[in-house]
This record gives sequence, C-alpha cells and structure tokens, in this order.
Amino acid sequence: MAHQKLSPRQYAILGLVSVCAPLGDTCLAMGMKQVANVSMAHPASLIAAVFTPWIALGIALLIGFFASYLTALSWADLTYVLPATAFGNMIVEMLSRFALHEAVSIQRWIGCLLITVGVGFVAQGPSLTEHPAPPAEITADAEEERVR
Amino acid sequence: MTVPASTVHFWPAAGMIAAIILASSAGEILTAAAMKSIGDLDEIRARSGLSGAIRAVLTCPLFFAGVSFLALAFFALLFALAPNHLPLGLVAPASASLTLVTNAVGAKIFLKENVDHRRWAAAVLVCIGVYFLAH
Repeated sequence: MAHQKLSPRQYAILGLVSVCAPLGDTCLAMGMKQVANVSMAHPASLIAAVFTPWIALGIALLIGFFASYLTALSWADLTYVLPATAFGNMIVEMLSRFALHEAVSIQRWIGCLLITVGVGFVAQGPSLTEHPAPPAEITADAEEERVR
Repeated sequence: MTVPASTVHFWPAAGMIAAIILASSAGEILTAAAMKSIGDLDEIRARSGLSGAIRAVLTCPLFFAGVSFLALAFFALLFALAPNHLPLGLVAPASASLTLVTNAVGAKIFLKENVDHRRWAAAVLVCIGVYFLAH
C-alpha cells in the first residue's frame, strides 16, 4: 500500500464531509420543531415544510455532504472516509457545549475522545489502497519500455 | 409514542437492526465501488466540467444500486422506529456503530482495501465512540 498524500483541497473536501452531515441534520431538526404537527392525513404540510428556511438550509447542507462524500470516495478508501463522517458528531458536541452552552455528559466526552483517536489513527495512514496493475497492462508497459 | 425497553424482544429487535446494518453496508460498499470505477471526480471535472462529472456519476449502474440499498436502509430504519417496534435509544447507537465495523469487513472482502491494524483499531474506536455519543 503506497502512502498517498492528500492535497489541501482534498483535506477540505473531507472537512466538508465531516461538517455538512451533522449540521444538515441539526438544521432539519430545528426546522421540524417550527413546523406544525405533520400527519399522513395532511401530506401537503410536509411539502410546505421543505420551503421553510431551516429545512431548506438543512437539505442544501445534506446535498453538499453527499457531493463531497462521493468526491472523497473517488480518491480515497471507504475505510479512510468513514471515520471522517463520524468526526462530524464530535464537532456537533463541541458546538453544543461551547456555542450553545449545553451540558455534555462525561459519557459523550469519552465518545468524542474515542472518535478523535480513531480518526487520528486513520489519518496517519495512506488514503488509498494501490492495487497491482492487471497482467495485460504490465506486459504492455514492459513492451513499451523494451521498444524505448 | 415510546416503546418501553421491557417490551423489546431479542430476536425481532436483532433482525430489524441487522436489516438496517446490512442494507446500509451494502449501500456504502456499492457506492464506494461505483466511485472507484468512475475514477477521480476532481480530474473528471477538470477535464470535462461539472456537468461531465455529474454525467459520469449518473450513468454508473453501481451508483444506483448503492443508492437503492441506502434507501432500503432508510426505510428499514423507519420501520424499526415505528410505534410498538423499537426505541430510538436502541436503534440509533446500535445501527450507527455496528455499521462501521461491517463496512470495514465489507471493504476488505469486496473492495480489496488494505484494512491494516491501524484501520481496524480506528473502526473499533469510532464504533465505541459513536455508541457513547448516540446512547
């Protein structure tokens, strides 16, 4: 497995993966609290909810998450990208403690610590598994080298 | 309506959580396989623009298979959270944390990723961490 160094742009995309999903979920939760009770008898109220500012922002953030997640998967392993998605939960805990001044239990701080250590482990390693080229390709490369 | 923990039976609960985990892992692995088959999206976008990158993703059958399984996982989650089924406090931490481990196993078997001791340790640590956060 060759060591794949990520560019600052790729780290920024992983940052978007971490931040967009939990922030999007938070926006959806805040938006749904402002919407009147939704029931299957009145499905139109759910469609109207999509156009409220918090829910629209939440949907935009979740679209941003999916786009950055797909981009990250195109140049990094799944087992490299997944811890980044979990890292977002820790960001939400930090925001709820220091920005919203909510109480965060010791159990949650332990969870944050474990996720941070886990992400640190993965981030130290290579981002992509290098698979050996198929034999036909190797033969073609060798032939090209021989002609040169 | 909340479900009291005393009314949750082991096998139905395990079956519903297993369905969520399997569908979610299948979706993640198929999506990752799709993106690997497409290639670096940054390079495709530099070569043929944003529309080219979107076209490359939307014309990949594996991507739609992955999204279908992710949708199935979402509906399995909704089913598990229906009244008289399972409490959120059980479903959310169990499915979120165990999915990380099944994804690591699936990535090693199906995507042939080199899941070394560092990645196994990370999967287990993040799994326990997510359980603590969600529980």
